[in-house]
Amino acid sequence: MTQSSATTPPGAVSRPCDAAAESEQLPSPARRKVLKGALAAAGLVLCLRQSGRVALAGAQKYGAAGEPGGVVDNPLVFVAIHPDNTVTVTVHRPEMGQGIRTSFALVVADELEAEWPQVRVEQAPADQARYGNQDTDGSRSMRHFFEPMRRVGAAARMMLESAAAAHWGVPVSEVVAERQKVWHHGSGRKLSYGELAVQAAREPVPEAAAVRLKRPEQFRYIGKSSSRLIDGADIVAGRALYGIDTRLEGMLYAVVARPAVLGGKLAHYDAQAALAVPGVVKVVEIPSHPLPALSYPLGGVAVLARNTWAAIKGREALKIRWEEGPNRHFDSQRFETELQQAVRRPAKVVRDQGDAMGVLREAGRRIEAEYYLPFLAHASMEPPAATARIVDGHCEVWAPVQDPQGTRDLVTGLLGLKESDVTVHVTLLGGAFGRKSLADFAGEAAVLTKAMGGTPVKVTWTREDDIRHDYYQAVALERLEAVAGPDGLPVAWLHRSASPTEDATFEAGAEGEDSSEYGMGMINIPFRIPNVRLEIPGVPAYTRIGWFRSVYNIAHGFAIQSFIDELAHAAGRDPLEYQLALIGPPRRIDPRTLSDEWNYGESPQRYPLDTGRLHAVIERAAREAGWGRSLGKGRGLGLAATYSFMSYAAAVIEVQVGAGGKIDIPRVDIAFDCGPQVNPDRVRAQLEGSCIMGLTVARYGEITFRDGRVQQSNFNDFPVLRLPESPRDIRIHMQPAGFEVPLGGVGEPGLPPIAPALVNAIFAATGRRIRRLPLGTQLADWRA
Amino acid sequence: MALTLRINERSIAVEAAADTPLLWVLRDELGLTGAKFGCGMGLCGACTVHVEGQPVRTCVTPVGAVEGKSITTIEGAGHDPIGRAVQAAWLALGVPQCGYCQAGQIMSAVALLRNTPEPTDGDIDAAMAGNICRCGTYPRIRTAIHRAARELREAR
Repeated sequence: MTQSSATTPPGAVSRPCDAAAESEQLPSPARRKVLKGALAAAGLVLCLRQSGRVALAGAQKYGAAGEPGGVVDNPLVFVAIHPDNTVTVTVHRPEMGQGIRTSFALVVADELEAEWPQVRVEQAPADQARYGNQDTDGSRSMRHFFEPMRRVGAAARMMLESAAAAHWGVPVSEVVAERQKVWHHGSGRKLSYGELAVQAAREPVPEAAAVRLKRPEQFRYIGKSSSRLIDGADIVAGRALYGIDTRLEGMLYAVVARPAVLGGKLAHYDAQAALAVPGVVKVVEIPSHPLPALSYPLGGVAVLARNTWAAIKGREALKIRWEEGPNRHFDSQRFETELQQAVRRPAKVVRDQGDAMGVLREAGRRIEAEYYLPFLAHASMEPPAATARIVDGHCEVWAPVQDPQGTRDLVTGLLGLKESDVTVHVTLLGGAFGRKSLADFAGEAAVLTKAMGGTPVKVTWTREDDIRHDYYQAVALERLEAVAGPDGLPVAWLHRSASPTEDATFEAGAEGEDSSEYGMGMINIPFRIPNVRLEIPGVPAYTRIGWFRSVYNIAHGFAIQSFIDELAHAAGRDPLEYQLALIGPPRRIDPRTLSDEWNYGESPQRYPLDTGRLHAVIERAAREAGWGRSLGKGRGLGLAATYSFMSYAAAVIEVQVGAGGKIDIPRVDIAFDCGPQVNPDRVRAQLEGSCIMGLTVARYGEITFRDGRVQQSNFNDFPVLRLPESPRDIRIHMQPAGFEVPLGGVGEPGLPPIAPALVNAIFAATGRRIRRLPLGTQLADWRA
Repeated sequence: MALTLRINERSIAVEAAADTPLLWVLRDELGLTGAKFGCGMGLCGACTVHVEGQPVRTCVTPVGAVEGKSITTIEGAGHDPIGRAVQAAWLALGVPQCGYCQAGQIMSAVALLRNTPEPTDGDIDAAMAGNICRCGTYPRIRTAIHRAARELREAR
């Protein structure tokens, strides 16, 4: 941690970061994402939780151990067994649709030998010291906590066995726990977990090394396909509670007018008309913080009312003049031109192998292309919302947040409280996709309850607020150049990726992708190309950049997988056969040999890049899709494959392009290898969802800026895929793997291959190459 | 003003301006938070309830317009066999991911099955096009509607 105590003002709240000695060893730029002077000056010092894409702990710590808070596997923290024989599993990672409340409970219940109908789930509040890392992104929850949660269940089971043995006065070797009872061999005596609960809790917790885990063939829930969802019954009955559903006695409802331009400040406001709206109680100014934006509230004017509608009407009645600041001229169309210029000149080299520039310079014929991905908004169905109150100096927050501890730290700092005086209750998240990693909305609720003397306040964002004040997926312009050898395979490869860095949200002036960002599918291309040069131009950010499901993999995957399709066609070769040839024979590549020092924070030994697995998912998707089958006019198959978050994904999309560019997708085949699947049905659900979200990215997603303002506002001008446009048939083909294989991520890796598979299919169907997303109306002149 | 609403077969008195969208009356005044806020413009369907059996977007429906009419929200969906069949199909197929939009999806699906007991894919497209799911549960929604239709047919 490079935070300097010199920049921390007296009285600032400083949470000890998990890697005290970090300042001596910041091994790569990816580990530099720490908060510096600007934040300290504002009276708050945080460990920056960088989306799991950066490990803050020492250089040798990988996986969960490298994340703030690390791993806790104490059964007393996570399991409670009640005298009524029910079992409560505390789930410390937020639920946003990935199914983690179900899946963690299944893992614990399996090792515990609990009966599923007796299992309940409780959501942990923010407390990383108690629960271990809670920052839910980077497709890490199961990857990092499968083993710890198994140990939790198994240790609790052993404590129950010890308690029973003690009760009967027999050696523990004579008892066995099974199906929520402990049995005594021989005598046939049995005791339910409920009967043993009190005594078991007093038994010593077994050492981690002594915990006896099941053999995979003994699993009853893990790896078994079932559609059971712990919250399913509540969801279909309308009882499930999301952040926006929080209701407290005497609560006020707030809606906030925020500066349209990032860095803007309130110049003047007149609340008279707003206060005249029936139901409006008060109008309160929320201070703006100087940039960088961090997760601070944007500032502005809040209208507090007796109900949400009155607050909305009150906000409409506000008269506000803003001081718009340095970003007021930001224009995304002009920025695209800047990005183009940036990728057409030399930039910072991040991987250089052979002499790509020499080969490119000497070559008679170069193949080159530029690909564009616009800014994207998350548009989770539940817009940001949070509720807070202060009672006797203790602030409680209820919020749908991906990073509970980050939220707690934010509120602690904003209110000048001690950490122990802030409780963050994590509600269900009505979708998040990365947006709710940064909880500016919870900060607003905290500031407002303080301004109201502790009265409970719920802040609700309208859809317009959500679309206009997101932490956006970064715009990207990707330039690729190649020289083909006699067989059409590239002998030289140059890739420049111009995209604002998410770091800029935390560090003023940060420019260009950092090593974790170009580490997402750009630097670690596993192709057999003798001369490779990868460059990162330093381009600035003029808005808040955040994380969007699969993040920089989207632009890199789109560009690289489109370009390979282009190279294959240029060589007159079949794109499937071409890509397999480009990948070459099966081998396990140490990511460091590809200049990838990051590797998603995982050990390069434990998680090498296995080209055999990549090859296998491509072949599987192609075979299942009937690659090569003849299709009618205007129909085509497109292939793309990506490796991200330690998982391998390949997609073949069948498209029919009708008159006027009407897109119909009869079928998608996705082959996926994430190692073993803990909850196969949820893995499938994530892939289906990633496919549909990927199609929204490909067809519709675009945020544009003019005069510093986002031009979109709601689902009318930021459309997302609807049911009739959804593929008729999404077939998920899971690669089998034993539990000796390390787990890969699930929530994100299904998304990157979708957009390139679609544009490649469109090329096959029409001969038109789409290099700019979204597709939008680019095929409007197509005649079927 | 004082209004009397008939919600889930109960008569409920509530104080609200007549132009207040029904959604906010349900959620803020009555604590019926099953209907969700998603867009405020009738674009996403998360707020769908039934008024006289027909699906209605409560975020753009003034409460004054539904006084005296029969309103069914997701909280009352299980009171009728079609609602129960749809909920059961949703669970059997593991439709929900985050679940936020599912109340609206279910209300639209129930209305579809009431009007069209054996819907084609085209019927499903038409009835469900107004309900957005950002998690991408559409394929399972389609399958679940067909399944509920089958279960209801077999029960007849």
